[in-house]
Parts: sequence; C-alpha cells; structure tokens
Amino acid sequence: MNKKIAALAVAAAVAFVVSLGADEFTKKDQERWEKEYQSVVQKGRGLFTSGALGTNGVACAQCHPNAANTHPETYPKFQKQLGRVIALREMINWCLQQPLEGKPLALDAPDMIALEAYILHERRGVKLEPGKH
Amino acid sequence: MNPFQPNRRDFLRSAAAAAAAGIAPMSLVKLAFADPALDFSFGYISDAHIQHISGTKFVRNWDRGLIRAVAETNMLTPKPDFVVFGGDLGQLGMKQELDHGAEMLSKLRGKLYCVMGEHDYYLDLGEYWSKLFGPHYYSFDHKGVHFVVLNSILTFDDWTFNRWPSAEQRMLEMAGLDNPNGSPFMVGDKQRAWLKADLDKIDKSTPLVVFSHSPLQKLYKGWNFWTDDADEVQALLAPFAKVNVIYGHVHQIQYNQIGNISFNAVMATAWPWPYPNTYAQAEHTMPVLTVPMNRADPFFERDATGWQFIDVQTGRVKLEYNLYNNTNRTVAWNPASGKPEDRAFQDPAKRIPPQVHY
Repeated sequence: MNKKIAALAVAAAVAFVVSLGADEFTKKDQERWEKEYQSVVQKGRGLFTSGALGTNGVACAQCHPNAANTHPETYPKFQKQLGRVIALREMINWCLQQPLEGKPLALDAPDMIALEAYILHERRGVKLEPGKH
Repeated sequence: MNPFQPNRRDFLRSAAAAAAAGIAPMSLVKLAFADPALDFSFGYISDAHIQHISGTKFVRNWDRGLIRAVAETNMLTPKPDFVVFGGDLGQLGMKQELDHGAEMLSKLRGKLYCVMGEHDYYLDLGEYWSKLFGPHYYSFDHKGVHFVVLNSILTFDDWTFNRWPSAEQRMLEMAGLDNPNGSPFMVGDKQRAWLKADLDKIDKSTPLVVFSHSPLQKLYKGWNFWTDDADEVQALLAPFAKVNVIYGHVHQIQYNQIGNISFNAVMATAWPWPYPNTYAQAEHTMPVLTVPMNRADPFFERDATGWQFIDVQTGRVKLEYNLYNNTNRTVAWNPASGKPEDRAFQDPAKRIPPQVHY
C-alpha cells in the first residue's frame, strides 16, 4: 500500500516536473507567442504611422516608409552626431524630439518597445552588423 | 571642358549669396541650343508638403524648405524664363495648406507652371488646387520646345469614388506612402487620349519635355514609385526624337533611359526618401543607371533636399543637383552612351561610401 502510494507520488512528481519542462511547448504555445508579438508589431506600426506621437502632426513613416533607412541592425553604434555609442531607442527618441517636436519616451515604455518591434520586424532577415555606419 | 561653366558659376554665386542670406532647394532648368538666342532656363521646385497643424500653425521644417527654395529661385542669374512647381504643395490637400503654399509661391518672380501631386488631389479631387493654379493637365510651347504637364496621380475610379466613407479618409489613405490601402497612380484613358491629340500636332523632331508628379515608369509599386499605364504613355512619346521626363514624388536623385526617353527625378524641398532597395521585405526595380545620392544625415534638417540646375543641350537635359551639406552632383545626357550619366560618379570605381544605402 505504502509502496503504491510512493509510486503514485513519484509518478505525479515526474508528471509535474515534465509539465514545467522548459523545452516543452506546443504549436498552440507558439501560435500564442506569435500572436502576442504581432499585436505589438501592429501597435508599433500604428504609432509609427501616427501624427499623434509628436506635437506637430509629423509621423515617423513620413520619412521612413516601411521603417526603411532606420538600419536597426547597426545599433548599438557610434552615432557621430552625438559623439557616443547609442542604442536604437535613443535614436528613436531623438526623432521624437526633433522632426516630431515631441517628448522622448521612457526607454522601457510599452510604446517604445512597440516602435522598436515594428522597426525590427520590417528589417527581419537582415544580418546583424552592430557598429556599422 | 564644361561649356556651361560660366552660367553655372554665375548661378552658384547667387546660390551662395542666397545661402549666406540664410535661404536656398529648387531646380534651374537651362535649355541650350546651337542658336544661343534660343537658350533658356527654368527653375524647378517640388514636393513641399506644407503641413497644417492647427490654427495658423504649420510644420516649421517643411515651411523652411519651400521658403528657401523660392528665395533662392528669385536670386538666380541668369533669371529663369519660368518656374515649375512639381506637385505635393500640401500634405493633406487642405485649403489652409494650399493657401499657405500658394502664398509662398506667390513670392516667385515670373511665370509659374504647376503639376498636380496626390497630396494636392485626393481631398477634393483637385478642385481647390485648380482654383489657385489652373488646369490639371495642359501643354505649352516655349522657344522651340514642346512642354506637356500631366496629372499622373489618378487611380481607379472605384478606389476614388466608391471605397472611402469620407474625402478626408481618402486623402489620408493615399497620403501614406507605404499604405497597403493606397492605389497605383495612372494617367488614365481620358488624359492619354488628350495627350495623343496634343502630340499629333507636334513635329516629331521637336524636343519634348514632360512634367509629371509620379515617375511615368515602373520602379517600386509598394511606394507608388510607379505609374500603372507608364508603358502606354511611353508609347505615345516614342515617335519623338528627344524626350525628357522630369518627375517629383520620389524625393531623391533618380535617372533612367528607356528607348528615346530620358527620365530625371527632382529633389523635394520637404524631406528625403530612402531608395526602395533599402526596404528588406520587398521586390522592386530601380534603374541600375542611378548612382544614389548620399545617405541623408537627419541632424542636418535640409540635408538630402535640394535643387537642380538643368541644361538641355540639343534637346537632352543636364541636371546640376545643388545639395545642402553634400557635394553637388551633375547628371547629364551622354551622347556617346545615349544615356543620362553622373559626370563624377558613374564609373563604379569613382563611387563613395555615403552612396551605399542599406
């Protein structure tokens, strides 16, 4: 009897561990993650094409159709005009403040993550070249 | 070496004076013929995108571009015979924008010819623009050259008339360059019939200069660097010995040769656009002939906007691009190769790193 209970307990423990296994995920999980990601990319495109992000009605996409000419694969890099190595997010904030005449976003703001997700999504497949000018 | 050096020097001297006075993007077009009495020049300003914010406020950056272009055009020596505005005066076709832009253009001395851009058109289908600037398409003759101005930014009737619940939304949908809800530009059956009738009256040895807003060639459909009936329009131009198409819309240096037709794009006064080959997710065709302009430095507000000084010698154009914060460029018809070519950079060995776009 005790043996039986112990065996059941072991089996349950194994099953529990397996259900938490880091490498175990299903197609359904993948679909969910893709959906979550795409929703942020779409939010990013919404912001990128919106005249409401800054104060003067200018949208990021006015100069960067499909987020082109943003070369996210080259960041972090030495931004010669600022004289230091910066992340893409800092350049996004530069654009928000200058051409869009708006306020910078916190570097971990959900809108910032969404903008970055959209920019990188439009650039998918391009090899990483940090530091490239 | 350069037969137009004296003119260019005069011109650049005035440009320098204009720049010193805190002003300067447009295009000067000079047509030079064997008989110097027939030589003439004209200025070309394009893509100002004057953008209304609210009340009396407009986007300062774009205002400055047009103000500078107009001021510099007025300082040109020799004085151009006329000036062309190449379309997209406003951003969303609003009366406020067209009025504000027209007010700036009214400072130009001399005759102004205007080309319709999609940003001028899709709010009220060009009605207010027409009140200010006249017909949507027309032709005229000047000192032995036949000029044609086309409205090349029309599209399918169904898209224009049936698809959108409001004129404002229609304008917004067409204003987004990369908007998948947009629609391809075209000259259309009616205007092509007019063009055919117009050209039937012209001797085929007469040099032809065509102004359009969109390229009249098929480059990249995703951003409407494209005219859907370009092949049909080109066929109408084909019987002429010398044809030059000058277009705006693309906000960048482009040039191409298709048969007898030379294509040249002009700079915007507002902002530059990336070359379509820098968009990683799309198929596209760009003229292999084009040596790209330098990548824009966003920290210089007027960088990669500019103006052109254009000669037409024996009916072919030569564009002198004056580029702020960048080395000037010359793209000219090369009789030896039968194509427009950059005078300094066409040889692949002569190209410089900033011309690499990615």
